[in-house]
Amino acid sequence: MSERILRIALPILVLALGVLIWALVVRVFAMPPYVLPGPDLVFKTLIADGALLWNSLLVTLLTTFEGFLLAAVGGIGLAILFNQSRLIEYSLYPYAVILQVTPIVAIAPILLIYLPQPLAVLACAWIVAFFPVLANTTLGLRSVDHNLIALFDLYKASRWQMLWELKLPAALPQMLAGLRIAGGLSLIGAVVAEIAAGSAGAGSGLAYRIAESGYRLNIPRMFAALLLLSLAGVAIFFLLSGLSYLALRRWHESAVARER
Amino acid sequence: MIGNSFQSPIISLRNVGKTFERGTVALAGFDLDVRAGEFVSLLGPSGCGKSTALRIIAGLSAPSAGTVEWPGGSAGGAGEIGFVFQEPTLMPWADVAANVRLPLKLARADKAQSAVAVGQAINRVGLGEFSRSYPRELSGGMRMRASIARALVTEPRLILMDEPFAALDEITRFKLNNDLVTLWQELRRTVIFVTHSVFESVYLSQRIVVMTPRPGQVSSQVTIDAPYPRDERFRTSADYAGYCRLVSEALGKAMAGEAA
Repeated sequence: MSERILRIALPILVLALGVLIWALVVRVFAMPPYVLPGPDLVFKTLIADGALLWNSLLVTLLTTFEGFLLAAVGGIGLAILFNQSRLIEYSLYPYAVILQVTPIVAIAPILLIYLPQPLAVLACAWIVAFFPVLANTTLGLRSVDHNLIALFDLYKASRWQMLWELKLPAALPQMLAGLRIAGGLSLIGAVVAEIAAGSAGAGSGLAYRIAESGYRLNIPRMFAALLLLSLAGVAIFFLLSGLSYLALRRWHESAVARER
Repeated sequence: MIGNSFQSPIISLRNVGKTFERGTVALAGFDLDVRAGEFVSLLGPSGCGKSTALRIIAGLSAPSAGTVEWPGGSAGGAGEIGFVFQEPTLMPWADVAANVRLPLKLARADKAQSAVAVGQAINRVGLGEFSRSYPRELSGGMRMRASIARALVTEPRLILMDEPFAALDEITRFKLNNDLVTLWQELRRTVIFVTHSVFESVYLSQRIVVMTPRPGQVSSQVTIDAPYPRDERFRTSADYAGYCRLVSEALGKAMAGEAA
């Protein structure tokens, strides 16, 4: 029980210390706000520009969510397809890897040439998020207990039953781990694409606000937008961790508390 | 003696051989006849091909030589054979009832009828109070009971057991041995039981088939002519000790033959 309190209290303490040092540095060295705004100014800006930033946050979150959803469907779907057919796996897997290892920052400007801007941003969010889902689900589908497969064979299970009753539930822990990574990555993909698009002029997402504020030397707003972005990332992480916990708490070691 | 020697066998293996892809010869010239209602043990050291023989009988593995015949009609239909693996091999994401129901679910059996059969099977192995528990919440012995209930639920003609109690402690193993003998007497199914324990095989079986390793072959057979029901009194009797010595000697001979 006390460990639980520590796990919540210690990070908050560190945060408070960090903000305090930040505020002191700004005050002691009399930093002008266009070099480093203090935490109080950032917070004030967050309130003052609230409506603008909130709308931008919604735009970015929508892209992130769409990218994540497409990544989940695409990643799990492709993993199932790979599991059903070796030929498809051999043909396509290398290209999934290539898509993953090519830096998204380099792909984004090219996508922006050929796709309308919102679609290009979405494509970026999808590209970075889909590989962890694919890789983890593929691993999960492959790690099914061989004796359970033999048991399903013994009872003449159909291909569909083998997939639905055995392989997918068995792969669930790895699949959820992949989705948890994908949630954070789709936000990163959306931000990268918005930044790249920002220089092209159009856009209204939160990352675009950061780029725009940078050109206008509106540093407090940059910080306020950054704060919102990282809060969004944290929220996504906790949401997906919670989902994963709910799905696994009855049976998987990762979600069950260890008794001592 | 309970097994009727005039009865024709329900399964008959002739000159069966199995060579794995890497060249390991698991079985060669293996002959076995098992009559309906009989309790037969395959006894031998690890690596003597007894598990392979069981998998061939179950149809999980194809023999590379010889024939497997079912004189009384094929047992190829789903649910005609029950299999208990060395590990409990339960689905960790499903509770005991769902695990036991699996064979019926895969056969798309009627739900209401399944529920009755599942309840019966679970009560038979003494897990009545635990049907809503998940495998990880059960002890090793209880998991194995659930696994046995699953093998019984389709009321198979033939039950194959592959060293099911090898990983359990001695106290639990004795208890499960007692219960298995009782179950077998009630149900009168044919059981082929694989073990490397002389004591276990003598306690349970009507007939013990002693095997030699590399390649797996029948070395000798011992009929255990002690009456059922067998209980703790049998386990501590002079008869039991005598049979154990006899079977140990047979096993020793089988091993010596291999060393030569």
